[in-house]
Amino acid sequence: MELKVFIENFAEQFDDTDATEIKAETVFKELDEWSSLIALSVIAMVDEEYEVTLKGEDIRNSTTVEDLFNAVKAKA
Amino acid sequence: MKGYNPFSLEGKVILITGAAGGIGRATAIECSKLGAHLILTDINEDGLKITLEQLENQEAHRYVVANLTADDEIDKLVGEIDKLDGFVSNAGVTKPAPVKFINREDLDRIMSINAMAPMFLTQKLLKKKKFSKNSSIVFTVSIGGVYTTAFGNAMYGSSKGALQVFMKNVALESAMSGIRCNSVNPGMINTGLVKTGTYSEEDRQKDMQTYPMKRYGEPREVALGIVYLLSDASSFVTGHSLIIDGGKTLY
Repeated sequence: MELKVFIENFAEQFDDTDATEIKAETVFKELDEWSSLIALSVIAMVDEEYEVTLKGEDIRNSTTVEDLFNAVKAKA
Repeated sequence: MKGYNPFSLEGKVILITGAAGGIGRATAIECSKLGAHLILTDINEDGLKITLEQLENQEAHRYVVANLTADDEIDKLVGEIDKLDGFVSNAGVTKPAPVKFINREDLDRIMSINAMAPMFLTQKLLKKKKFSKNSSIVFTVSIGGVYTTAFGNAMYGSSKGALQVFMKNVALESAMSGIRCNSVNPGMINTGLVKTGTYSEEDRQKDMQTYPMKRYGEPREVALGIVYLLSDASSFVTGHSLIIDGGKTLY
């Protein structure tokens, strides 16, 4: 599992946020476009791409994109 | 007037699906207290045993383990039933996902369990003339999909919408036979179904604030609505949807 690819997959869930804005250290909940729908999309993307079931708590407990990556990696 | 109870289910034989937990289990418990003789079914035998242990008058009830998405298992269940005065369809699953992430595997599963299984079970029970002249069918539908729309709820909502429409058609076609058919449409109820983990406790607390009564419901609060629809107290009610949602759909 690669962080770079994860960031790309993560960035793809946004429509108005430029992919270059999203980095490993990005505090994703502070992005203007972040919403409950995008949170659901991230959970569904992780299920589809990594066959990992991410919980709402995992999202809540993650601050940066890399934190989320680590949460997925821990369950993979 | 002592002993007066228009909601009595004394001696009524009632089939309950999804009886291993949640609203199905609560319905079984309430029906047993009101004198019904129950046939419980679910795919989860351990859960059925726990439900059975919680019933009044235990020897009056039995369970049949069945996967209702398989035609042969529906046939087997129907074959084990002699006559019914009531049928409560509860079995349901969900998997929240935005429309963009719908896939055939998940949609097939949700549609099969939530909509097709109760449709075929009803069809076979009717075809085999299992219902008595004064009987009642109750589907646990939802407010979701029928009255409310929420992010990630397309698959679940579509399945419940299908079941809601089916309920009305059964009501129309069975009225002449003395069979009533209605639904209960709950808002969020504290069962295993809302604890899938997709939403955090914080999300849930926030969602509860969208309910005028500021909380989710308990399975028993839906079960008692089902009891009303099963009982002769609702003898002129058919094709109706009883919303049990703490006021959620008032907004």
